[in-house]
Amino acid sequence: MSAGENRILFKNIDRPGYDKDIDSYMAAGGYEGLKKAVGMKPEEVCSEVMDSGIRGRGGAGFPAGMKWKFLDRKSGKPIYLICNADESEPGTFKDRQIMYKDPHQLIEGMMISAYGIQAALSFIYIRGEMYDGARILEEAIEEARAKNLLGDNILGSGYSCDLIVHRGAGAYICGEETGLIESLEGKRPYPRIKPPYFPAVLGLYMCPTIVNNVETICHVKHLIERGGKEYAKIGRPGNTGTRIWSVSGHVQKPGYYEIECGAMTYGELINDLCGGLRPGRSLKAVIPGGSSSKVLKAGERYQGKLKDGTEFDWGIDDIPLDFDGPMAAGSMSGSGAIIVMDDSTDIVAALANINAFYAHESCGQCTPCREGSLWLKKVTARMVAGEAREEDADLLKSIADQIEGRTICAHGEATAWPVQSFILKFRDEFVDYARKQARERQAKEQPEMVDA
Amino acid sequence: MIQETETAEAFTLSPETVDKIDKLVPRYPSKRSVTLPLLHMIQDEKGYVSKAAIQWIADRLELEPIHVYELVTFYPMFHEEPIGRNHVKVCRTLSCALNGADAVCQKFKEAFNVELDEISADGAVTVEYVECIASCGTAPVVQINEILHENVTQERTDELIEEIRGGAGNKS
Repeated sequence: MSAGENRILFKNIDRPGYDKDIDSYMAAGGYEGLKKAVGMKPEEVCSEVMDSGIRGRGGAGFPAGMKWKFLDRKSGKPIYLICNADESEPGTFKDRQIMYKDPHQLIEGMMISAYGIQAALSFIYIRGEMYDGARILEEAIEEARAKNLLGDNILGSGYSCDLIVHRGAGAYICGEETGLIESLEGKRPYPRIKPPYFPAVLGLYMCPTIVNNVETICHVKHLIERGGKEYAKIGRPGNTGTRIWSVSGHVQKPGYYEIECGAMTYGELINDLCGGLRPGRSLKAVIPGGSSSKVLKAGERYQGKLKDGTEFDWGIDDIPLDFDGPMAAGSMSGSGAIIVMDDSTDIVAALANINAFYAHESCGQCTPCREGSLWLKKVTARMVAGEAREEDADLLKSIADQIEGRTICAHGEATAWPVQSFILKFRDEFVDYARKQARERQAKEQPEMVDA
Repeated sequence: MIQETETAEAFTLSPETVDKIDKLVPRYPSKRSVTLPLLHMIQDEKGYVSKAAIQWIADRLELEPIHVYELVTFYPMFHEEPIGRNHVKVCRTLSCALNGADAVCQKFKEAFNVELDEISADGAVTVEYVECIASCGTAPVVQINEILHENVTQERTDELIEEIRGGAGNKS
């Protein structure tokens, strides 16, 4: 653990002597939260989640307690709980650590949450590529079942709930909660339109369903143990608890860092905890919350007023590590994935890489996203291949603008935002790319003309 | 697409897989939901998803074959044809790309004399470029069959190539 970290969810992760089995977990105080929860009324569990103010850690940052409150309890239909463990946003690798190294924390969080919402059945939808992760979770589930912490009549409470580990098969769109639900129903994961298909009302099998990220579910365990109001004291108002930041790219010590919300800045994380850039390099750009978040350019200033009225004037280094900080700087914290790019980065190639990702992962349901993402990929691939044109910057922006806001799910925005922000902030580099290639072509052609 | 060469009768699974399937199906509220798990189990056993496999799943789950086939064509992890015994999946997404994934991929291709998504002449290797596999802090990463390899430097790439040549990693 690095100085400045406040490990609650990651308390046991990488701790010497700690193993992922149930004995290690229980020796470290595991399942005390579940024991407490089943002694409470289910609605009290929900109230604690609401009081904690915990916001979803999967990307959107929606308050978990509010999501739970939207559950349609009058329909009489069974309620389902799904953990979104389809960790796929480029730059994100935090949920993997929990599932591989401390699976019982997730299982305990799931059982507390299931009890709170009175789920009839619960699922962990895990990435198909995480073969070992699925096996580890399945073994842990059987360990928990053997101790009556899961399954029939949990801890003698009269409440029963099974937990199924369901593997995806390599499609990013399954991280979108309604796409995930379609996938779990055995269909192609085409996201559903909201309204009317809010999962809390019309989710899995058209029944009320809660979908929460791995990290969010783990917070439930800790907030029940400490009490929601007490838990809300960690972090800042509206930005409660800790967050796990996944840092990758051009830093000396990439990795995962659990930090109390608002207690540190992007600069402190990148320069201190992550050891800064490699020797001799300077910062070019930071992607603050997964590859779909808008890029931040070194040297930019962000000015404005926060919700509480205080004025701010920040560089990248000054942005607080929470939900609202990156938002105030015109981007978002997303899944907490920070990708750092130094001055060696070819910014056009970086965008080409991102565009290829979103084109590959578009489900193809909505025309603007299906066609637009492919056009974006083709234009930037052509630029990288040496056929850049000066008007490409405008062309890219125009395509992106026509995708944003015109699709069923947020994949449209995820496709458009990187393009819009890269062009806005690095326009000169895109234009120079074309000019430089033109000069090089001319230099090659000139001698031939002389010879002829 | 179904009645070409194989028939459903010709398709058999090991008793262990059938037993796993029989235990799994009743846990789900809907049979159709078990399609993805069945596709995984069958691909694990057979190496790919044949048309006969699709028919078998459809029969087992009381679906039309198209309900199964449309998943096989959508999800990147399923193969309709056999692939190399060692499936080398090199992550190509941003954090890996920033840390040299392209050179790693190139090295695998050259070592086994294959283009992307092809099977090497000896059937040992298929190299594929895959999207982010959620291990960006240890970039570049390569997944060979089920095993994730992290911090794959040029030297580590050479070692992995030698391991494959030595017969290690075959369906691990």
